[in-house]
Amino acid sequence: MNRVAICSGLNELLEEADQINPGGSLNLNDSVVSTIYSRAEEIAGGVVTSQGKPPVDWDKVLDDILTSRVFGFPSMLLLLAVVFWITVAGANVPSEMLATGLFWIQERLTECLVWLHAPAWVNGLFVEGIYRCLAWVVSVMLPPMAIFFPCFTLLEDMGYLPRIAFNLDNLFKKAGAHGKQSLTMSMGFGCNAAGVVACRIIESPRERLIAMLTNNFVPCNGRFPTLIALAGLLVMGATTFFGATLIVVGIVVFGIMTTLAVSWLLSKTLLKGVPSSFTLELPPYRKPQLGRVITRSIFDRTLFVLRRAVFVAMPAGAVVWLSANIHIGGVSILTHCANWLNPFGQLLGMDGYILMAFVLGLPANEIVLPILIMSYMATGSMLELDSLEALRQLFAGHGWTWLTAVCMMLFSLLHYPCCTTLWTISKESGSFKWTVLAALIPLGIAITICFTVAQCASFLGWI
Amino acid sequence: MEYKQGDCPTKIISLHDLPVGKLATVSSIQAAGLTRRRMLDLGLVPGTRVKALRISPAGDPKAYRIRGAVIAFRKEEAQQILINYKGE
Amino acid sequence: MGLTNQSSGSGAIKERFGWGQNTRADYVIALAGNPNTGKSTVFNALTGLNQHTGNWPGKTVLLAEGHYIHQCLTYKLIDLPGTYSLMANSVEEQVARDYLCFGRPDATVVVLDATCLERNLNLALQVMEITTRLIVCVNLVDEAQRKKIQIDYDALAAKLGVPVVPTAARSGVGLEQLIKAVSGIVTGSIETKPYVVRYKKEIENAICRLEPKIKQLVGEALNARWLALRLLDRDQTVIDAVENWLAREDRLTTGIKEVVLA
Ligand SMILES: Nc1nc2c(ncn2[C@@H]2O[C@H](COP(=O)(O)OP(=O)(O)OP(=O)(O)O)[C@@H](O)[C@H]2O)c(=O)[nH]1
Ligand SMILES: [Mg+2]
Repeated sequence: MNRVAICSGLNELLEEADQINPGGSLNLNDSVVSTIYSRAEEIAGGVVTSQGKPPVDWDKVLDDILTSRVFGFPSMLLLLAVVFWITVAGANVPSEMLATGLFWIQERLTECLVWLHAPAWVNGLFVEGIYRCLAWVVSVMLPPMAIFFPCFTLLEDMGYLPRIAFNLDNLFKKAGAHGKQSLTMSMGFGCNAAGVVACRIIESPRERLIAMLTNNFVPCNGRFPTLIALAGLLVMGATTFFGATLIVVGIVVFGIMTTLAVSWLLSKTLLKGVPSSFTLELPPYRKPQLGRVITRSIFDRTLFVLRRAVFVAMPAGAVVWLSANIHIGGVSILTHCANWLNPFGQLLGMDGYILMAFVLGLPANEIVLPILIMSYMATGSMLELDSLEALRQLFAGHGWTWLTAVCMMLFSLLHYPCCTTLWTISKESGSFKWTVLAALIPLGIAITICFTVAQCASFLGWI
Repeated sequence: MEYKQGDCPTKIISLHDLPVGKLATVSSIQAAGLTRRRMLDLGLVPGTRVKALRISPAGDPKAYRIRGAVIAFRKEEAQQILINYKGE
Repeated sequence: MGLTNQSSGSGAIKERFGWGQNTRADYVIALAGNPNTGKSTVFNALTGLNQHTGNWPGKTVLLAEGHYIHQCLTYKLIDLPGTYSLMANSVEEQVARDYLCFGRPDATVVVLDATCLERNLNLALQVMEITTRLIVCVNLVDEAQRKKIQIDYDALAAKLGVPVVPTAARSGVGLEQLIKAVSGIVTGSIETKPYVVRYKKEIENAICRLEPKIKQLVGEALNARWLALRLLDRDQTVIDAVENWLAREDRLTTGIKEVVLA
């Protein structure tokens, strides 16, 4: 049997089927489903007995608050804020402990190499380049990731995510998008690549593409340690945690608004169409398994970040060190590049080094801030960096103002997704065009918004 | 379309117009294609009992209890489901 | 939520189907069921893996596979995305439907939610149209108990004609029995006699006319009664899937012939 024979065999069958059921006159589907459901009813009716109602209907009690007209949106914001607050406040101590420990090891490594009479470049490349980048990723980025993740997973396990979709659906409908997009966005908080895969729950191809192209506007787990650190810089002082939390929540809400706006634009231009049908199941709330979720997700997350760190941060560290130490015409490659990018960076309220960090951070967003710190340290005079205050001085020494921090946060929130996400988008959409657009659209928006903010601020004389 | 059945008038209205907290039974589904199929799969066959549970704070999707599960429909979908509603 | 090697890395996920039978495992078992009934939780409990679970329908969108060993035999377990029915209308539902219909697992475990059995039976009855080798796993019995719902499992098993195992996968209750039931089905020591849903007369007549012709085309490998229904309904996704399946079977057999000739 060959392909032709197969097709003709199948076609004959289909013709036959058409004759038996001309124009769908049997109304087959309805009748089949009704019959099956009535059998299911009979069977279930025969074996299930209900012995009264439980004393409290927790689903109703919780839903009456979490999806109510008055408390629905405030409780959403509050939960988001609480999760971020726990992350910001909780990450501080482990962050410092890890930094102290890891940089103590760095000194020992250097001593060891000195004792071995290793050439200076060995210490430079391996310790000051590769090891240090790894240490930065682990100490600055890992703790917030390891705390945020289980908190969010708890909300997920409880059954809160579908309620978010229920509350926000009308906004997505008005934007011409699918209500389940908020579920895919929630997954995006963990990782944009996972968010893109989650878009499969959206049936209509048009709305699925919208969801995939805009997933990048929720800051993934690899980006908001950066946001948190920058927010911390903005509000040095007694109210650090509280202020930083507010700023991060503000940024996230801005990201959600951007998502809605871009979805709306896309459904008016490139992906024209009307919203498809929408059904959403709201499962009963379930008690999350606190211990299991926490251990599992910290463990999972830690291993995952470490693995990525090995593959991405170490090479990046090497690249940064090499480019900071190979000189052409008396100036390092790093400085050359940064100088070249600087005019453009200044227009966007940032500088050349920041843009360099974003470019080098394409493989993984976790390494943007570490790369930036390393480039600054390679070109500045400071050698020790042990607190947020020191970080602030380092940045201030490179001409940072509040505007620089704000623009970097905005750029980090909006710029292109990481390689893994882009690769996932190309796999899921099966189209080169959409993959390119998935990088270009956010980049365009990031540039436009940073430019506008920076230019307005300087025009208004705020800076 | 309105007729008497005992003392309670039974009206055919769309699911969307079912007031929160009230019960009704499915009369027919007007949707076609995939939407119809999805609704059938959820158990919305004629005679199924449904109850309106709550409205989203943003006003639109409404949640209904259908065969033990809570399902939310947007206005457009709910209007394509006709129900027999006994009530004022 | 989130990304780990299991959820999106290389390892566990195979999106194609049909490869299952000839790899290391002795038996291939599929886990099907409505969304959010605890399939991934059962999967994790049996395989010791950490497939992501979450309390919302649609958490799993890819196939994942894992292994467990029982009495020296290796069972390959496939965790499928949840589906409300087998008349798939979204990508991940199609993944599940195609696997069940064309992947031909050695046994299928249908995971039901004890707190809304009637709704879940809809899918179970549809799966029973495709395969006779299935086990019904009524999960979340702890939740049902909390909601004061009682189920007569023996009566259910008698009515459905297949083994019924109550479980609370999260706390590991009932998994032993599930493993035993699965091994009973694949080794043939448990006979099943699945309940067949009969439709109204016109439909039954139509099926009767089409069924023999389908048998001619696909042989015994696919369920002719179910295919007849889908073809009568002109379900394009199924038609495409059948065409692909036929082409693949064809390639396999001609491949064998070529090897024999050479
Ligand atoms: N109380 C209780 N909860 C359970 C049990 N089994 C699973 N759960 C919870 O039910 C929720 C859904 O479980 P999953 O395993 O993700 O469900 P699934 O069937 O894989 O869902 P989809 O992938 O969306 O189709 C999770 O929050 C589990 O923790 C159980 O036996 N008892
Ligand atoms: Mg699952």
